[in-house]
Amino acid sequence: MERNEVSEKLTGVLVSELGLDAEKINDEAHFEEDLDVDSLGVVELLMALEDEFGVKIPDEEAESIMTVGQAVDLVHTKLNA
Amino acid sequence: MTGGDSRVALVTGSSRGIGRAIALRLAEDGHAVVVNYSANSSAAADVVARIESAGGRAMSAQADVSDPDQVDGLFALVAAELGTVDVLVNNAGITRDNLLLRMTHEDFDSVIQTNLRSAFLCTKASLRGMLKARWGRIISIASVAGISGNAGQANYAASKAGMIAFAKSIAKEVGSRGITSNVVAPGYIETDMTDALGEGVKESASAAVALGRFGQPEEVAEAVGFLASDASSYITGQVLAVDGGITL
Repeated sequence: MERNEVSEKLTGVLVSELGLDAEKINDEAHFEEDLDVDSLGVVELLMALEDEFGVKIPDEEAESIMTVGQAVDLVHTKLNA
Repeated sequence: MTGGDSRVALVTGSSRGIGRAIALRLAEDGHAVVVNYSANSSAAADVVARIESAGGRAMSAQADVSDPDQVDGLFALVAAELGTVDVLVNNAGITRDNLLLRMTHEDFDSVIQTNLRSAFLCTKASLRGMLKARWGRIISIASVAGISGNAGQANYAASKAGMIAFAKSIAKEVGSRGITSNVVAPGYIETDMTDALGEGVKESASAAVALGRFGQPEEVAEAVGFLASDASSYITGQVLAVDGGITL
């Protein structure tokens, strides 16, 4: 799957699962600072991504995810591993 | 219950004692109940049979809930058979009583593992489904020993106090997602665990209880049934002592 496809799908999950405004979502957006997603929200997002993309994101990798772009990269890497 | 499919309740250590009464009570309230047990398969099968003969839904599931791999297996089995767990009752518990100076580190560790570590493992495993559902009930069965301490039970009391602080922390962590976490702290209840007490201990214990008697497992299950229901929606992080007034 191409990175932009991952990005589109991930945006869809952010909108449907966390109720975020699609307009505000871009690679640089910081979950806690820009999108008002709390730390538990980030965990919930990663769980939703695991379900959506069928990948497994270990806790130690999940902890480093701060921005939308980092989440896209992580999923993209997992899918192409 | 608010109609639709019945909620799934997992009660750890529910082949006997308080856990058994909780399993029966939750089934009466319309839950599909998972009767978890560690060793006594015939007792667990009896609980399931009682629930089914009363028209309820239940399954038994063997697992040592202090073991991470077995907890994973338990939740995978439940997910396949009944779906995600909506109500978790952290009930599994053991005692290894002794004066501290005679207590082995094995007896300390095994009590902490079975009572406290199991609550951590099962709660973590339940949360994924509860977060998604934006609804969940976690009820941890502690003990008045975890509130007041008890001579000869330093390991048990520490594990139960640990469960209380654990449950309060979870209440703060996931409260915003519609999940509540509460504690029921039984006092002296008539079970195999208290049958092991000597007659002298039982008599002096009864004398210290305001209601003047040991409680029945069903009286603990009543409190759990309430905390598992929609009726308790604004209660979280609380410790409800079901102890006949022994902690007064």
